[in-house]
Amino acid sequence: MEQKIIYLDNNATTPMAQEVVDAISEANMLFGNASSMHGFGREAAFAIEQSREKIAALIECNPDEVVFTSGASEANNTVFNIFRDAIDLGSKKNRIVTTVIEHPSITETVKFLRKRGYRIDEVPVDKTGRVELETLATYLDEDVALVSVMTGNNEIGTIQPIEEITKMAHAVGAFMHTDATQAIGKIPVLMKTWGVDYMSLSGHKFYGPKGIGVLAVKKKVPFEAFFHGGHQEGGKRAGTYNTPAIVGIGVAAELALQDLETERARLWHLREMLRKGIEERIPNVVVNGNQEHCLPGTLDISFPSAEGESILLYLDMEGIMVSTGSACASGSLEPSYVLLAAGVDIELAHGSIRFSFGRYNTEDEVLHVLEKLPPIIKRLRGMSTR
Amino acid sequence: MSTNFMSQWVYSPVVKDHFMNPRNTWVEDENFEADGVGEVGSLACGDQMRIAIQVKDDVIADLRWLTYGCASAIASTSMMSEMVIGMGLEEAYHLSPSAITEALGGLPDHKFHCSVLGDKGLRAAIDDYLVKQNRDNPYKRKIAKVICECKNVTDVAIEDLVKSGEAKSLEDLERITEFGTVCGNCKEEVAELFDQFQHIYST
Repeated sequence: MEQKIIYLDNNATTPMAQEVVDAISEANMLFGNASSMHGFGREAAFAIEQSREKIAALIECNPDEVVFTSGASEANNTVFNIFRDAIDLGSKKNRIVTTVIEHPSITETVKFLRKRGYRIDEVPVDKTGRVELETLATYLDEDVALVSVMTGNNEIGTIQPIEEITKMAHAVGAFMHTDATQAIGKIPVLMKTWGVDYMSLSGHKFYGPKGIGVLAVKKKVPFEAFFHGGHQEGGKRAGTYNTPAIVGIGVAAELALQDLETERARLWHLREMLRKGIEERIPNVVVNGNQEHCLPGTLDISFPSAEGESILLYLDMEGIMVSTGSACASGSLEPSYVLLAAGVDIELAHGSIRFSFGRYNTEDEVLHVLEKLPPIIKRLRGMSTR
Repeated sequence: MSTNFMSQWVYSPVVKDHFMNPRNTWVEDENFEADGVGEVGSLACGDQMRIAIQVKDDVIADLRWLTYGCASAIASTSMMSEMVIGMGLEEAYHLSPSAITEALGGLPDHKFHCSVLGDKGLRAAIDDYLVKQNRDNPYKRKIAKVICECKNVTDVAIEDLVKSGEAKSLEDLERITEFGTVCGNCKEEVAELFDQFQHIYST
């Protein structure tokens, strides 16, 4: 019998849309170096500029504000490097403010820079993973150069009030960056309306290819290239244009914009169907994160007395793929720092499972999970030290 | 997608088997009359084990266990249970984590501590049995290994100090045993052992 395969780890990565696969396949023929002046070069350049426009339409910015990178990690590193450089050159604005629940491409950069003496504050979050504006205010002053807060969290899905935070950052003369990687295609991401100066995103989180991302940079804000070399991307990012990947992320952006409102409702419906179903069928579960300000496809749940990696592997045997915040899956003895930062009890963090929905999930799949999950939890609890 | 994706599992087939079909678990409604019970680890650390033994003529006649933990923790306890039923107390007391790991066909490096927990749990159960029998522990000293040669500090001594709560920090341990105060060669190993024992015994 063919086993059902149910992929519920879309926050880790998404499958490419067929339209994206087709577009990339075609763009593979555009081998010309987009920096070349001849016909083949111009052909590739044209495809790239079209893609730039699609990204701009999706995140509400100008096409010439879009810088293609290798992904959101590079984009995030680039932003922090801009301000590191300014501080090195003696800027009096020499403090960076971010949060405790950012993606590792920020938190690890923070650790790296702190070791070298840079002043960086990580604002705590409330029990739902949200930044409290009153708390944030106590961290903001005239010496702050950059405020960096993610739009939506990858583990618990909590959405931050980016528009309000941006106003507060600007009020003290700081620039604002948001890592919108997880939010793209799930909620409206509005660079202009929110007023943010820098925004990161990644292709593979919204059915585009891996290895391609964007750093959107408002005009007239500080910029310094992270990669030096050729004059690609208006001198903002050196390296030969990756034409097929850029075309792919453009098509993904087009689809994301088209589907935004229906996807948002559909993902939330599936997520709520699973949440309610679990709460009805399994005693003693705890839903993590903010239930009001939550990315529509993300459900993070703790199952006390059942350990996350074990749940994950039992589900995997059933063809159901999820992720966990437990220590055992992380390779260290510490469970997810995001869950701990959001005040999740350490024992609950070890027993946490993240279900993340995407465009290709269905109600049938939710029903299948609701059939397979309860006996797994019961079994693990039965052999646990209760 | 192939349905045979399990073939590239991170764990060995034996681990998978013991994880999927754990042996000798302590079913909730089973009335298991234990002669000794040992509990190690903590929920906060992500793994905890309770091991109950029945002893007859200094042989482990039967064993039940409960484990909260990941696949390798569950498989380690299950494998350990199979290995020691019918085994003499002395041999069981000396069962090493690497013997469990080996029987499992190996564990990923960062999972090794799970098997350490398994044999500690068994030892705790035997300790408990001997205490209940009012007997001295004749097995203990034999497994002691000198870690700090200058001050003659053994792994057993370190374990006892952590277990009893006398050494709550590495500094406490140094104050009590004076390990590493002469040549200092053992410092790293002691620190590692300390972390390991703390992981097992701190609650």
